[in-house]
Amino acid sequence: MASPPGTSAATQSAPADLPRRRFVNILLGTGLLASAASFFYPILRYLVPPKLPDVGGDAVLAARVSELKPNTAKTFRFGTRPGLLVETASGEYRAMSATCTHLGCTVQYRPDLREIWCACHNGMYDLNGRNISGPPPRPLEAFEVQVRGDEIFVRRKQEA
Amino acid sequence: MASLVTSVHAWLDERFHLDDIKALAQKKKVPIHRYSYWYFLGGMTLFLFGVQVLTGALLLLYYRPGADEAFESVQFIITQVQFGWLIRSVHSWSANLLVFMAFAHLFSVLFLKAYRKPRELTWVSGVLLLFLMLAFGFSGYLLPWNTLSYFATKVGTEIPGQVPIIGRPVLLFLRGGEDITGSTLTRLFGFHVAILPALATLLLGIHLGLIQYFGMSVPPKVEREWQAAPQDKREIRFFPNFALRELMAWYVALGLLGALAALFPWNLGVKADPFASAPAGIKPEWYFLFMFQTLKLIPAKILGMDGEILGILAFGAVGAVALLLPFLDREKPFNTRRWIPGFACIFLGYMGAMTVYGWMAK
Repeated sequence: MASPPGTSAATQSAPADLPRRRFVNILLGTGLLASAASFFYPILRYLVPPKLPDVGGDAVLAARVSELKPNTAKTFRFGTRPGLLVETASGEYRAMSATCTHLGCTVQYRPDLREIWCACHNGMYDLNGRNISGPPPRPLEAFEVQVRGDEIFVRRKQEA
Repeated sequence: MASLVTSVHAWLDERFHLDDIKALAQKKKVPIHRYSYWYFLGGMTLFLFGVQVLTGALLLLYYRPGADEAFESVQFIITQVQFGWLIRSVHSWSANLLVFMAFAHLFSVLFLKAYRKPRELTWVSGVLLLFLMLAFGFSGYLLPWNTLSYFATKVGTEIPGQVPIIGRPVLLFLRGGEDITGSTLTRLFGFHVAILPALATLLLGIHLGLIQYFGMSVPPKVEREWQAAPQDKREIRFFPNFALRELMAWYVALGLLGALAALFPWNLGVKADPFASAPAGIKPEWYFLFMFQTLKLIPAKILGMDGEILGILAFGAVGAVALLLPFLDREKPFNTRRWIPGFACIFLGYMGAMTVYGWMAK
């Protein structure tokens, strides 16, 4: 900025490998690089979506006893994701994540097969959430069920 | 690496004749004289507009329009998203500096008489761009859906609603109904992120194209001096000499913007409640303050006419004069009308005084 107009550094002839000029160039270059990094770093971090608060140790009210009959199921909100609550033909409650471990579709209970089925790619799980046929690579995460009066609560299995 | 660059250059050159473009870039010269620093203001406005586009696009990743979600989503941006507070704060700060720079650019062009023949349309496109920037400011102000913005929008849409005949339809159009509701929010959101950017892109293209076409204007005073003493005439190349200087200014501006945003982050305020009373000391953004204050002070009746309507019409007239200014001046370069800078000085003084008064007033 301070150089008089009309004379620019490029027009002055100088030896190509002047050490002082190289030093200044390196100084300027690294300075610019560092400031560019400090500029792009917040943007890159901003692009990463923050984790939404998940269900921790808290139990979630999944259904009321009166809502379910034997050999039926209900999907419920478990934090940000769906969960599946099944009442087996024998009247037992089973709860698990409803997100298929293959490509993330929401699974459903098939009363005719008495199994859990994913409509997207024909994946099958048994009533414990174990993957028994089709593409799913892993079992569904099983949850703990507690019945308190008329209310059925579901929570993550506590690690021992 | 070097050979890759050469081969890419050769590939492009074969198809697009890069030498012609290079020659065009080298043709543009920037005159050097005692007012040369004012040439930076337009570029600075452009830079801040670029910052707005970038930070605006980033905010769109998390923002949700809607009366139930807007405030919460901005709250989410500034508390949960990493560096969200910074992005939002830069967007707000840059918006304010952009309006300031646009005004400074307008007045510098006016006082240096750069609007005169043949650059009339450059001026007109510039004034339209300034109006657009004000519209951006007005529509963007409501988006966080806080108390302040809610009432500012209420008052701001009430003002054009006062104008006889066309006022009421304009008010309904702006609000998307009788009152400020969620539909006003989605409407202004649509203006802010789709319609206004489209218009701005078009006008900016025209504005920059015209500047490239006509080159930089030399103030008549300097031009006369140069005609008397041609040996004093000095110019530098736009590329790279002026461009590097401008880039330097942008770099400093970016640093300043980051510092302002970090040290004085923009407040979010309290969520708007349509059934709460307006809080005391409610004010619009500073760039609307001079109009706001005028309408507050104007007597209810002037010569049997509604004072408020008279005030609104007067501002409309000033806007029209600003837009058509080049056509009000003589075409002779050294013999411009004296009343124009005088009038501009008075208006600038009035704007400054009323803004300060509005700022101090309770």
